[in-house]
Amino acid sequence: MSAAILSWSLLAAQLLLAAAMGCAVLRVLAGPRAQDRVLALDTLYVNAAMLLLVFGIRTGSTHYFEAALLITLLGFVATAALAKFLMRGEVIE
Amino acid sequence: MRRRLPYVLPVLAFLLLWLLLARSISPGAILLGAVLAVAGGAVLAWLRMPVGRLGRLRGVPGLLAAILAEVVRSNNAVARIILRPPPPGTRRAGFVAVPLRMRDPRGLSALACILTATPGTVWVDYDARSGVMLMHVLDMVDEETWVRTIQDRWERPLMEIFE
Amino acid sequence: MTASADIPLWAALPVALLVLAGAALGLVGSIGLLRLRSFYERLHAPTLATTLGIGAILAGSMLFFTVLQTRPVLHEVLIAAVVVVTTPVTLMLLARAALQRDRAEGSTQVPGAAAPEAPPRE
Repeated sequence: MSAAILSWSLLAAQLLLAAAMGCAVLRVLAGPRAQDRVLALDTLYVNAAMLLLVFGIRTGSTHYFEAALLITLLGFVATAALAKFLMRGEVIE
Repeated sequence: MRRRLPYVLPVLAFLLLWLLLARSISPGAILLGAVLAVAGGAVLAWLRMPVGRLGRLRGVPGLLAAILAEVVRSNNAVARIILRPPPPGTRRAGFVAVPLRMRDPRGLSALACILTATPGTVWVDYDARSGVMLMHVLDMVDEETWVRTIQDRWERPLMEIFE
Repeated sequence: MTASADIPLWAALPVALLVLAGAALGLVGSIGLLRLRSFYERLHAPTLATTLGIGAILAGSMLFFTVLQTRPVLHEVLIAAVVVVTTPVTLMLLARAALQRDRAEGSTQVPGAAAPEAPPRE
């Protein structure tokens, strides 16, 4: 009983997060400015990390946590670098 | 030697971080972590991270509780705005310029993190000469109210801690 | 799906609620990314996911693994700390980048620079 409740709600949470990633992807594609795309990409990273955490609960494996940690760190570095580039670089839109 | 003393806390934090990552407290892990932590502290010293005495720490628990309460409240408010957008024209988003008295760089960065992490407000810019901070708010009811809220709720307790 | 087989009901319910709430907040944030009209408004949307959203999921995960006692729950603390430290930095950088680009283009939607003789800032 309790396993069924947990299993279904974890599945539902994964679907919600997948939908969230879909919204972020739409914003990456829609733009209109470069900063919109970078912001959406950052959101995509966060949603992916959350999805990995839910996978971790589903499977009881720690590997997903390492992956989530890596994604948050890489997302931070990538977004910070892109933002720096937006400040300095000639961005062709 | 005295100059390096302020970096003790960051170095200990680095060591803790390493032990958490390695998930072990074996002598080897502690030794490697200590070497890396001291290296990290040296980098901080090289970057001239602002250090100095902290003021009264009594305000810290209250401030943390206030941040948590504000995060919950504003999550709710922003989710409402997104899910049920008020009719166009009733909600106004915009920039607010907030004059700050606080000059301590650590206090300012703490304020920047608090404001940005809270949904509905983003720290945008700060002019060190005039001490005016520029932020963007999603739901600007009244500019004056925002300025006073920032100064009373966050700036004053932060100044007590950092100055 | 083997790990959650022997979790008691009193723990399963809060874990399910926390994870669902966190995922829902993440979705609301991303919907806001689509719905809000200007970049500066959209800047506020992801903070839903990065504060309470990921916080609720991490709390659910901590509860789950504590009850099952499969491992110490330190990794969640680490992820929470990383997210708390990095999100404000990325959003502030993006906000400043956008402001600088809008100012350079002479947009009337953003406030001008504080003082004309102010030194160029990073």
